[in-house]
Amino acid sequence: MATEANGHSEGGLVFHPMDQFIVKPLFGDGAVGMFTFTNVALWLLLAVACVIALMVLGTSKRATVPTRVQSIAELAYGFVYKMVEDVTGKDAVKYFPYIFTLFMFIAFSNFLALIPTSFSPTSHIAVTAILGFGVFIAVTALGFIKNGASFLGLFWVSSAPLALRPILAVIELISYFVRPVSHSIRLAGNIMAGHAVLKVFAGFAAITAVAPLSILGITAIYALEVLVAFIQAYVFTILTCVYLKDALHPSH
Amino acid sequence: MATETTGTASACVGPDGSAIGMPQLCADWMPNQIFWLLIALIAIYFVLSRIALPRIATVLAERQGTITNDLAAAEDLKQKAVEAEEAYNKALADARAEAHEIIAKNKAEMQAELDKAIAKADAEIAAKAAESEKAIAEIRASAVQSVEAVAKDTAGSIVAAVGGQADDAAVAAAVDAQIKGGMT
Repeated sequence: MATEANGHSEGGLVFHPMDQFIVKPLFGDGAVGMFTFTNVALWLLLAVACVIALMVLGTSKRATVPTRVQSIAELAYGFVYKMVEDVTGKDAVKYFPYIFTLFMFIAFSNFLALIPTSFSPTSHIAVTAILGFGVFIAVTALGFIKNGASFLGLFWVSSAPLALRPILAVIELISYFVRPVSHSIRLAGNIMAGHAVLKVFAGFAAITAVAPLSILGITAIYALEVLVAFIQAYVFTILTCVYLKDALHPSH
Repeated sequence: MATETTGTASACVGPDGSAIGMPQLCADWMPNQIFWLLIALIAIYFVLSRIALPRIATVLAERQGTITNDLAAAEDLKQKAVEAEEAYNKALADARAEAHEIIAKNKAEMQAELDKAIAKADAEIAAKAAESEKAIAEIRASAVQSVEAVAKDTAGSIVAAVGGQADDAAVAAAVDAQIKGGMT
């Protein structure tokens, strides 16, 4: 497909920054059905394989003095565990596996997406929206199950003057429902923008005079993207913890 | 695999194989992405919650236990070392005290022996001195006697020579008186 695109405009500047996000079947040539094995499926499963390699194979020795891989796995475990404990509270530790799943999935998808010619699942709204709305629905349901109707007290700011409370309630309600949207668009937007910028810089490399600058730019942006890959996984996870805290303790 | 019909696989890909608009918003692909995402999430969740997380939790707990034990053992050993040092110091002090005692005892013994020897020497010296004195006194007494005898003889002779009849007793008394007077 790529060679075909190049054939159309020979030698000149070719910008197709969004082509890297195209979903295509890996076997066969038909339409993308629900169960078709696509590049999305491949890179998602690679992320699963990496999580298994790190967390299961890396810790298979159960060494008291950890090997390098095992200490990375323990580091990730401790990092997210402490985050859940600090942000959400001790009673939220039983939701730790779900939050850790989210963190590991997003982190590995982001990092694998940085391999050249790879596919980045987390740049797709369809993927991040499922994550974001999944968290939103789970947290809201949990809030009502744990607190009953008093969960609605989250929107009734009892510390504000009585006259202001209805207005604040409307604002709180809107901000509550915007949460999943911002939650998912933040992740997808960051990853997509970074990868698109990399592609645009790469496009400039076709001009010989600009090529060194372009390569320098790609290097710089790539370093930034490595940072963003981790930070976005961290942000997504910590926001999940904050939302979970609201559901468990709506009073404050 | 890229034949001329490739581009028509989806409404979101143009005839030249590049994307039309944002591929992210292509509704045709979403069911596929969502399906595989759920598969991936469920797989990760089960692997983590069934295998990886309990394993890491036990490893961390075991390590904590090991560290605590090691620290306790180290504390124990330190205590033992302190005790050993104390025992050593005590032994050292005891030995020193004993040495002092032995030295003092030896000194006292030596002093006693020395005193005894000095006393004995003194006594011997005193005895010798007394003996010598006695000898001197004897010698002196015998000398005095000799002088008396000589004096009496001489006096008798002188008296005889002068022409008088020498009365031995009177001469002896006169000489005795003279000697006593001269000696004192």
